[in-house]
Order: sequence, then structure tokens, then C-alpha cells
Amino acid sequence: MSKETIVPMRARDMRRQSLHQKAGRAVYLLAVYAFLLLMAAIVLFPFYWMLISSLKTLEEYRMSTPTFWPQRIMLGNYVTAFTTANLGRLFLNTMIVGVVSTLLSLVITILTAFAFARLEFKGKELLFAALLATMMIPGELFTITNYSTVTTLGWRNTYTVLIVPFLVSVFYIYLLRQNFLQIPNELYLAAKVDGTSDLKYLWKVMIPLSLPTLISITILKMMGAWNSYIWPRLVANDEAHRMITNGLRNAFTETTGDVNYPVQMAAVALVSAPLFLVFIFLRKYIMSGVSRSGIKG
Amino acid sequence: MVDSKHQWKAWIYLAPAIALLLVFTVWPIINTVRMAFLENYSGLKAAGGQAFAFGLGNFTKVIEYRRFVSCLKNTVLLCVWTVPISTVLALLIAVSLNAIRPLQRTLQTIFFLPYVTNSIAIGMVFAAMFNIVGSFYGTENEIVVTAGIINNIIEFFGGEPVNWINYGSTYTANLTVMIVYIVWNALPFKILVLLGGLQSINKQYYEAARVDGTPRWRVLTRITVPLLSPMLAYVIITSFIDGFKEYTSIVGIFGENMGPPDDAGRLNTMVGFIYDSLSTNSQGRASAAALILFAIILVVTLVNLRISKKRVHY
Repeated sequence: MSKETIVPMRARDMRRQSLHQKAGRAVYLLAVYAFLLLMAAIVLFPFYWMLISSLKTLEEYRMSTPTFWPQRIMLGNYVTAFTTANLGRLFLNTMIVGVVSTLLSLVITILTAFAFARLEFKGKELLFAALLATMMIPGELFTITNYSTVTTLGWRNTYTVLIVPFLVSVFYIYLLRQNFLQIPNELYLAAKVDGTSDLKYLWKVMIPLSLPTLISITILKMMGAWNSYIWPRLVANDEAHRMITNGLRNAFTETTGDVNYPVQMAAVALVSAPLFLVFIFLRKYIMSGVSRSGIKG
Repeated sequence: MVDSKHQWKAWIYLAPAIALLLVFTVWPIINTVRMAFLENYSGLKAAGGQAFAFGLGNFTKVIEYRRFVSCLKNTVLLCVWTVPISTVLALLIAVSLNAIRPLQRTLQTIFFLPYVTNSIAIGMVFAAMFNIVGSFYGTENEIVVTAGIINNIIEFFGGEPVNWINYGSTYTANLTVMIVYIVWNALPFKILVLLGGLQSINKQYYEAARVDGTPRWRVLTRITVPLLSPMLAYVIITSFIDGFKEYTSIVGIFGENMGPPDDAGRLNTMVGFIYDSLSTNSQGRASAAALILFAIILVVTLVNLRISKKRVHY
């Protein structure tokens, strides 16, 4: 074959192939979008169902052909839900526990992470390894003894019992220590030469530089307070200290059968709303915090 | 580097954390092991001055307990179903998200939404969706008013409605609801981690594959999955650990009854068993069960690490 015949054939082939490829790519993209949109619809459906059910009348909810948009908007369900479940008190309790435990937890985490990242002391590595090892143990193992401990201390049915046992999180210490280690040591030594105290250095340099991690910790801790169920139910299940998740479950004990679902869904929507609001505004921090942790609540 | 005379300073910084850890982490570890090996240990009886013999009685009792075996079975079944399903689905969604440009961020946010929810609260929504509406609670002669939205959808596609969670529902139906809910709940974290991993894969591999005309399926199995294997291993190990600690999602759907109205405790899990023992003041048995749970998690994690050491390409 001569050179002249080969070249045009190749060009034609390539043109055909690239057309083929383009069509293939379009079909592929179409399939990808179809799959993603279907999955997104499945993920969103429970939220949609919660919202529209919470706005229906009980009669409409029970109609044999379901309606996908309420015929008459019943905002009254929200009022009923708020009063039946005593949500105001539950919100307040959860906020108190969430805010106080987050603040104290931040202070402890910062101090501990600083010691592990910057200070020198005997047995540092060993102690840190021991801390990390405790992360493997399931929390239930601690709960059994902690339940007796807080009973002995007379902490049952107080805010203290909801706050103190969980102030130290090894994971947060680990996260913040890694962050602190990235700050060059020269900065610290220079500050030492200048006579800056450790606390001042921590406050002026390290905390501002680790703000994103600290914000992630704050949000995860607050979400934890919002979602905690087992421990509060065990140790502080009285009217005055009951937290939101527990209270919701208590107010609507029946899940199957003849339940006033519109009111129940309104209560669920009210409980879910604050988390969604936080998520909308602080999406970046939540997602970066979660991707490093894998913990929930 | 730093004056050793200043060591005490470090301990001041550590003091609050160490004090709390000693009380609420170290002591519980010691005490749980102690209680587990004291036969029939009960906090109430111990307070009354009773002494307990050392032995393995708690462990043998727990294992012989029929309820414990059923809790173990439920936990293992839920793990075995939900971990593979959620991992494969999350992988497919993450790969798809990584392949598109428009709408990517919006969809990514949507897929993360289930994470920012309360598993009890949304469990109640799932219960509403799977429920047969208007039936009387806990009686045989139920009056069905509406089949419930999931059954409506099934009927729309020509299927037979199923009694998912109500009086007289089957174990398989109950388990199916739990699997759907747990997978829905587990997706966000997995998608987030896997997508993060995908975005850090060097684009050159894909360009090389394109030049070679490698089919997409082979690109997924031969390039994406191997390069993503550290993330996959991480996701699988953490979801096994979470799976063995399953509890609140079941409370969300079935309430504290942990089963349909006519069969309380049918779907109880290992963690549920521990709390039940605790609430009857059988701390010895609760401790033994907690140690068994820890042992199972440890073994599963080690096996996972072993496998991933062979399979993971770093």
C-alpha cells in the first residue's frame, strides 16, 4: 500500500470513531444523570413525605388514594405537635446541654491537643497511643459502669450527667493535634524567644490557624447533643431534663397502627429543622469534619 | 529542646482530660472486665453487700440465652445485607457524581442530607411510609383504611401490598424495612468519603485508558476500584463497626418494642441486649455481652484489615 491511501483512510476512521465516541459519551452521560436523579429522588422522598404529611388533615392522610400535595394546608398540626410533645422545653434542654458541653469540650480538647502537639514530657507517645487505643472500644462497654458511677455520684436527672461523661473525645483531640502539628515549630520557638507565654501563643496563633477544625468539632458536638438518645434515656428521663430525641420518641410511642401521623410528622419536621438550617449555612465544615471522622452522634 | 523542669506544665494542660478519662473511660474498662467475670453480678446486690464468685458463668449464660442468639442473628444479618448494598450503591453514586459537571454540587448536597438527620425522627417517617394506615393497633382484626404510601407505590406497579411492620408481619418484611432504612442512612458518609477519594485520583490514568479505548466497565474495575481501595477499605471497616452497634435505627422504626406489636424484641440487637440487661440490674451479664460485642468487632476489623492488606493498593 502506498502512503497516500493510508493517510485518508486513517483520518476517515478517526472521524468515524470520534463520532461514535461522542454518541457513546452522550448515552453514557444520559444514563449517569438518570441514575443520579432517580437515586436523589429516593433519598429526598422521605423528607418530601414528612413535609406534605405534616400539612394534611388526618382525613386526607387516610384517603385510599394518596395525595401528593395537601388539599388544605393544616399549619395547626405544628401547633398541636409543639404542645403535645412539649417541644419548647425539649429544645431548651437540648440547647443548654449542647452549648455547655461544646464549650467545655473545646477548652479541654484544645489544651490536650496543645500538650500533645507542642509540649515535651515523659511518656508522651505512649500516652497518646493509649488514648487512640480506647477509640476501638464500643461505647456500650463504658456505659454499663458509667451508669453506676453517675448513680453513685447522685447525678441522675441533672444536666451534669448529660454533659460531663462525654467532655473528652479522643477523636477530637487527635484531629486537633494533627492540625496543630502542621503549624511550623519555628513559630513556637520564636514566640518563646520573645517571651510569649504558652497560653498566649495558643490563643493568638494556634487557635486562629486551626479555626476550620474547631468549627467542625463544634458542629459535630452540637449534632451529637441533638441526636443522642441512649444515654439521656438511661440517666435523665425526667420532664425537666429530657432531651429532644428522647422526648420525641416518648411523646409518640406508637409507630404502627392507628396513629395521628400528620401531627407526628409535624413534630419530626420541627425536630429536624434546626439541623437542616445549620447544614445549609455550614455545609463545608460539616462535610469536611465528617469525612475525617465517620462518627454519627 | 524544652527544659525538662517544665514537664509539669504539660501535665497541667493534660489534667482535665486525664481526670475525666480515668473516671469515665479507664475505670469502666477495668470494672466491666471485673463484673463480667463475677458470676451473676448485680449492682443492686453488690450494694447490699453480697459477694460474687469468680467464673465464666455470665458468658455461658449469655451465650445460652435464646434472646441473645436472636439478637446476634439480627445484628449479623443486618450487617451482612446493609454493608455490601450500601457500599456498592455509594460507589456507583460517587463514580457517577465524579463523571458529571453541571448539577454536581447540588446532587452532592442532596445525597448528604440523610446524614444531617436524627435517626429516631426520620425512622418515624419511614415507619409512616411502610405502615398500613388506619389499622387498629395490636389486634388481629385490623381495619385497613389505606395501604400506606410504599404499598400504594407497589400496587401502582402491579404488585401485591405487603404487611411490613404491623400486627402479624413476617420477619423477612421487618428485616427488609430495616435494611432499606439503614442503607438510606449509611449512604451519605460513604458517598462523601468515596467521592473525596475519586477526586484525588490522578487524571492521567483515565486519559491513558481513553487513549487505549478501554471500556468503561473495565476502567471502573481495573482502575477506579483498585485506586480507591484504601477509601473502600476504610468505608467497609467503619460500616461493619457501626453495623454491629445498630440500635437506634430500630427504635426509630419499631419504637422501644423492638419488633412488630405481636412480637416484641423480634428485631433486638446486641446493643439492645446490653441495655436490657442493664435495665434489669444484671451488670454481670451486660458486661459479658459488651465484651463479646467488643471481641466480635475486633475480630471483624482484624479480618477486614487482613483482607485489605492483600487487596488494597496504596
